[in-house]
Amino acid sequence: MRFGGLTAVGDLSFAAGRGEITAVIGPNGAGKTTVFNCITGFYRPTSGRLVLTHADGTRHALERLPGHRIARHARVARTFQNIRLFAGMTVLENLMVAQHNALMPSVANGLLAVFGLGGHRAAERTALEKARGWLEAVDLLARADDPAGALPYGAQRRLEIARAMCTDPVLLCLDEPAAGLNPRESDELAGLLGRIRAGGCSILLIEHDMGVVMRVSDHIVVLDHGSRISDGPPAMVRNDPRVIAAYLGEGDEDEAPAPLDAGATA
Amino acid sequence: MSTARPTLVAAMTDAALSALVALGLFCVLIGLRLVPTDSGLTLHTRPRPLVLTVLAVFAGRLLLRLWQRARPAGAPTPRLVAEGVTRAGRLVGPVFLILALTLPLYTGRYGIDVGILVLTYVMLGWGLNIVVGLAGLLDLGYVAFYAVGAYSYALISTTFHLGFWTSLPVAGLLAACWGVMLGFPVLRLRGDYLAIVTLAFGEIIRVVLINWTSFTGGPNGISDIPRPTLFGLKFNGSGDPDTFAAFFHLDYSVTQRFVFLYYVILGLALLTNWVSLRLRRLPLGRAWEALREDEIACRALGINVVTTKLTAFAMGAMFGGFAGAFFATRQGFVSPESFTFIESALVLSIVVLGGLGSQLGVALAALVMIGGSELFRDLAEYRMLIFGLALVVMMVLRPRGLVSGRTPSIALGARREIAAELVAQGRG
Repeated sequence: MRFGGLTAVGDLSFAAGRGEITAVIGPNGAGKTTVFNCITGFYRPTSGRLVLTHADGTRHALERLPGHRIARHARVARTFQNIRLFAGMTVLENLMVAQHNALMPSVANGLLAVFGLGGHRAAERTALEKARGWLEAVDLLARADDPAGALPYGAQRRLEIARAMCTDPVLLCLDEPAAGLNPRESDELAGLLGRIRAGGCSILLIEHDMGVVMRVSDHIVVLDHGSRISDGPPAMVRNDPRVIAAYLGEGDEDEAPAPLDAGATA
Repeated sequence: MSTARPTLVAAMTDAALSALVALGLFCVLIGLRLVPTDSGLTLHTRPRPLVLTVLAVFAGRLLLRLWQRARPAGAPTPRLVAEGVTRAGRLVGPVFLILALTLPLYTGRYGIDVGILVLTYVMLGWGLNIVVGLAGLLDLGYVAFYAVGAYSYALISTTFHLGFWTSLPVAGLLAACWGVMLGFPVLRLRGDYLAIVTLAFGEIIRVVLINWTSFTGGPNGISDIPRPTLFGLKFNGSGDPDTFAAFFHLDYSVTQRFVFLYYVILGLALLTNWVSLRLRRLPLGRAWEALREDEIACRALGINVVTTKLTAFAMGAMFGGFAGAFFATRQGFVSPESFTFIESALVLSIVVLGGLGSQLGVALAALVMIGGSELFRDLAEYRMLIFGLALVVMMVLRPRGLVSGRTPSIALGARREIAAELVAQGRG
């Protein structure tokens, strides 16, 4: 992915396994969010391929699909580094909007619903049940009728994940979900991610909180300056000298292992 | 005491500065006057009006500063007013509906005429509210769809001799098509840029109407547009058996036609309201509101932003077209003069003044703006001055419109109003 003369993500190739949590880490400006934006269709990569294979074997070439089709047909959902909720709508409404395509398969269908036709009532009931389920999962049921913008920060992060999950994704891309959370909230987040994985959804995770990364990931990809510098299970990546060098610069022996080891002790 | 004096001094200085600016501005504008005499023009000075104006500016500025000091920013007064209005709002709606339904019983022809005018703008306001209030797309050229509807009906009825009720859906559909046509080029535009292009679109339609003389009649417009009928019964004094008066064995009076027109526009306006309210609670309307809140998040959730925007434009345009067809049949005559930018501005200010997205607010604002300006008709040119002042005062007191806040479209428990501060205004 190039922006004019700047190569944000260059020679990069990695695979994220089905039913796994794959973490993408790297120093600031390494190109992690750019990778996410390419996967979710917000950027069109200048070269390269992005292939998503569903469990039934259908393959989707993500680099060619327009943004909303990636979410709808390839079933990739994402959250944002700076939370993007519909602040003026209630928590429940946020989850209902997320199920837009299930509720309104076509515009004609949406217009028929004005006259009570097109099976809208049944669809709405199913959607409401699913929303209720996810509200329970992220512990926001009691605040369902509050505006999303009035929730505390941690709750907004959870709501954004619940909203993404309401689109029924096969791949969930989380951009720094633990940013700004306190240790207890981070713990709860790790638990939630585990449950989502258990539900059969693969997760791609950008995160700076190494405690969370080391605990939940099955597989870690490390980026620096737009290319991959390490790739493997947490235990291996943690001790990779290139990773340590990228994060802390070389020759800082006494401090080097500290942040990466946090996961082992937590 | 140390704070009181400097504030007073500061306010005085500020007011004096304003007065100085006013003096600079008005010394030529008001202070000098050219009077034609036999020997050409003579320059007269007019010190009295000049001094009065400058003093008025000084006093006004001083009072404003002192008032702002007495009520610091974020003081609870506006909030209290807001809650009062919201609470009263639950009663206001039904009361106004009953008043509207029974209006012909207690007013004469003039009252009904004003009622028709107000309801036309209520309908236009509700139509534009879909585009601006729900979807957050700033449209400065709404009058274009009003014009398309009016000319569609005028041309269809005079060329193919179709009645009002057959032509009405066609006029609405044509306007909706134009809504989509406007929508396509502006899909990628936001905010100010969107506003400029829609403004241009409104002007293009008007200029085409003026210049395409062979089709639209140019500046002369189209006249002899048929009046609407009630199940085939006409409203005229010919005494034919297919007239309303003859059929019901009544004496003919012009008021009958006006009452009928009044109920037609009331029905059309209520239809607009019903569809808007219903759509808000359906996925399409929720997608519009989500679009206003955050377009990028919509894309990430798989919502097709293109069709969502186009349906909003089409739906708003359709109701504009209905209102236009009604306008044509009411006047019996259309010409490009009726579709100038000021109409768009008026409808948009009704929506903004009423509160973006609020049905009741828009209706109240239309009543205040259109009914109010009828009320002040005797004041002639001062009407616009009062009008402008009222707008400014209104926006200072309630920056988010008469009825701000948003009611959720769905709730597990009780629906609680969402404060306007949280609701996005849309950036196009």
